[in-house]
Amino acid sequence: MFEENTLALIFVSLMGFSILLYAILDGYDLGVGIMLPLDQTDNADTMIASIGPFWDANETWLVLAIGLLLIAFPAAHSYIFKELYLPTAVLLISLVLRGVAFDFRAKAAFGHKPTWNKVFKTGSLLASLSQGYMLGMYVMGFESTVAAYFFSVLSAFGVAAAYSYIGACWLIMKTEGELQIQAVAWAKKSGLICFIGIIAVSFVNPLINPGVYEKWFTWPNTLLVLTLPIICFALFIFSLIQLKQLPKMNDKGCWRPFVAAVIIFTLCFFGLAFSFFPYIVPNKLTIWETAAAPESLSFLLWGTLIVVPVIFSYTAFSYRVFWGKVRELRYY
Amino acid sequence: MLETLMLSRIQFAANISFHILFPTITIALSWFLFYFKLRFDQTNDPIWMRAYRFWVKIFALTFAIGVVTGITMSFQFGTNWPKFMETVGNIAGPLLGYEVLTAFFLEAGFLGIMLFGMNRVSARVHTLSTLIVAFGTSLSSFWILALNSWMQTPQGHEMRNGVAFPVDWFAIIFNPSFPYKLSHMLVASGLTAAFLVAGISAYRLLKGDNKKAPQLTLKIALTVAAVLAPVQILLGDMHGLNTLEHQPQKIAAMEGIWHTEKGAPLLLFALPDEAQKTNHFEIAVPKMASFILTHDFDGEIKGLNEFEGNHPPVAPVFFAFRIMVALGLLMFIVAWFSRFQLWRKKQLPPWLLKVLVAMSFSGWVATLAGWYVTEIGRQPWLVTGILTVKDAATDIAPANVGITLTLYLTLYVVIMVAYLHTLFTMAGRAIEIEEFSIDEQVKPVIHTPSKTIEG
Ligand code: HDD
Ligand code: HEM
Ligand code: HEM
Repeated sequence: MFEENTLALIFVSLMGFSILLYAILDGYDLGVGIMLPLDQTDNADTMIASIGPFWDANETWLVLAIGLLLIAFPAAHSYIFKELYLPTAVLLISLVLRGVAFDFRAKAAFGHKPTWNKVFKTGSLLASLSQGYMLGMYVMGFESTVAAYFFSVLSAFGVAAAYSYIGACWLIMKTEGELQIQAVAWAKKSGLICFIGIIAVSFVNPLINPGVYEKWFTWPNTLLVLTLPIICFALFIFSLIQLKQLPKMNDKGCWRPFVAAVIIFTLCFFGLAFSFFPYIVPNKLTIWETAAAPESLSFLLWGTLIVVPVIFSYTAFSYRVFWGKVRELRYY
Repeated sequence: MLETLMLSRIQFAANISFHILFPTITIALSWFLFYFKLRFDQTNDPIWMRAYRFWVKIFALTFAIGVVTGITMSFQFGTNWPKFMETVGNIAGPLLGYEVLTAFFLEAGFLGIMLFGMNRVSARVHTLSTLIVAFGTSLSSFWILALNSWMQTPQGHEMRNGVAFPVDWFAIIFNPSFPYKLSHMLVASGLTAAFLVAGISAYRLLKGDNKKAPQLTLKIALTVAAVLAPVQILLGDMHGLNTLEHQPQKIAAMEGIWHTEKGAPLLLFALPDEAQKTNHFEIAVPKMASFILTHDFDGEIKGLNEFEGNHPPVAPVFFAFRIMVALGLLMFIVAWFSRFQLWRKKQLPPWLLKVLVAMSFSGWVATLAGWYVTEIGRQPWLVTGILTVKDAATDIAPANVGITLTLYLTLYVVIMVAYLHTLFTMAGRAIEIEEFSIDEQVKPVIHTPSKTIEG
């Protein structure tokens, strides 16, 4: 069967893949949560309705990503979550708050609805910030220096902006009328912050990590890998042009900013993955050192190969069922 | 100041206890919903749709809390029990992995369609989605209980340098306590949901809701409870015999037997005294424990003296076991009596309805009590014979664990209050609405999704 190192490689790819899918999918629904208006408007209901059928499945990618880290690289899992103990707790509590608020707001007596809206918004924001903070700490190799904390706080806002950006693009695609116009404005603003954030991370990362610097700036590698940021830049420009023109007649092209955002997320993810591979804890632990027993991994792998395509097909089915502009969410 | 180990234990116990409350309801409630929907498809009688509508909202709320508290669980192992995964991760990992891959995605993938898709897919596909969600929740109990029962009665592995490696996956999954745990837990869920449905329906009837739907759901729930209650007692007995074989020290603690004896009495009540290794205020049925456990009035039962320094704390196991069994018997009596009344008189007297309302959450209490018996009864081991709880703990500063524990507990109190409040508000509001709205009269239509998005 598979050799030990191959298995580690397969599992780190699977894990990366689910982290990326999580960032895109839960990214848009966290983003929609961040932008939820607090006044009693129908817009809030429409926005929530746009993510209602999906948020649960979206969060499941986080469970899978953490699960894979736990299963395939247990030592790394222990290391990372010991370092990130408090931010993890903040993340979990905000996810709990947000999840319950989603359901309570639909069922609570009318008077309580604004309260649950606030909880939903705060939960979404805190969850995004803590994820960004954790990413920042990870990139900085869990140092406890002022610079590392500063960078992590920046990263927190960067991720929150990125989620808002993809969330706004989602809304442009799923809504119409006044809300759609509003979403275009949100996308412009958050897109700009997100762009600045990406540039900041791209500069800081190679500067503080010599290994990363070497990877990106050794000739002729540079030529190849620098296409990544260039495409990324081009996509931002493309997206900006699109946003200036939206909404168009017959809602033509309302999906373009969202697709652009998805590609930007993917490119950034590959940039980070390329920087750190084969480390799973930057500069400390590699995937080879932390991988679980091959007999366990191959037992899981067979199931994965069968199940993941099935998951994809029913996820696609679900998106097809709820395709098109949002309609009121009712339990039937 | 408590140390990290103790705080981690309290935090883990609090998190899992809070989590399990919600799956316990959803696992079985999803099967109830499937039944309602199926009957609607078959008969086209709007009353089934009415019942489905009401309960699917409660289901959605319960499910959401189950999901988000479950996410907390999956981080716990790394944050508070690092050595757990490092020692038995090769076994625990794949089992958890299969739970996510086969069960969680299945539930989450079809939940959207089940909750919000009735007018967007055909009646068939919608009913099928409901079935898949129900199947997914049961499947997730299968995997998580495979892991938990393996931790109780491990087999199918070998130890190399202090780390467990899998040898035979079939033996790992179908370990000796697994069949009993799984069936006992699934039936526990059935009873919990049945008493919840009966209790809320009784509440509506008491408040003067004379529509047909609550009467119907009351009847179904009582039927289910009347069938499951005796099954649960039987399963519990078999579970106990299995435990006697594999974890005799747990049985000794459950029965409060300090010294090995022949013809051990069944203690109905007692105050176990750990210091003096004896019980006070015993109320006992002579020889009964021996009879139940060995089917012989003079059978020998090992006492705690045989497991010096290696047995669980007695009092919590002893009391939790009695709470569970007492509730099991009470459920049996109430379910049979009410069902019989309903059959003879077609309706229940108000006092009996009040009893049912009072018992709405009896399943929660019994389930938690059962888990405490199982889990505390395994102490001092985390994985029997392989890893103790003490060795698995993290070395994070106690202050940090203290902070997170406080946060979690606060959060849980708030959610619990909101949950119960919402449940009864919804039941109250259901009274005011009409018997059937226009929606229930029509069959769900097949709706082609509007093609507003090109591409
Ligand atoms: C007997 C049943 C049972 C038990 C003992 C547990 N769970 Fe659970 N869990 C479920 C039955 C369940 C469920 C019925 O499948 C849930 C409830 C709602 C849901 O979506 O799935 C769930 C949800 C759920 C989720 C969210 C799934 C999602 O995103 O859809 C996670 C991550 C966990 N659980 C993890 C755990 C862990 C790590 C446990 C033990 C330490 C645990 N659960 C005990
Ligand atoms: C779902 C119902 C469950 C409940 C209510 C429950 C409850 C508890 C309680 C009260 C303890 C503390 C015992 C003590 O320290 O004295 C405990 C321990 C533990 N249980 Fe469970 N448990 C459940 C299921 C599970 C499952 C499914 C797993 C594993 C997959 C698990 C893993 C553990 C671990 C790792 C500990 C050790 C930590 C500790 O001792 O506090 N439990 N559980
Ligand atoms: C009166 C009859 C009952 C008997 C004799 C009984 C017996 C048992 C026994 C022996 C255990 C195993 C402890 C161990 O060895 O690990 C157990 C566990 C448990 N019981 Fe019961 N029980 C009864 C009723 C109930 C009821 C009514 C419920 C809930 C509605 C319930 C829920 C549980 C749960 C959730 C567990 C832990 C998980 C498991 O081991 O399956 N029990 N019970």
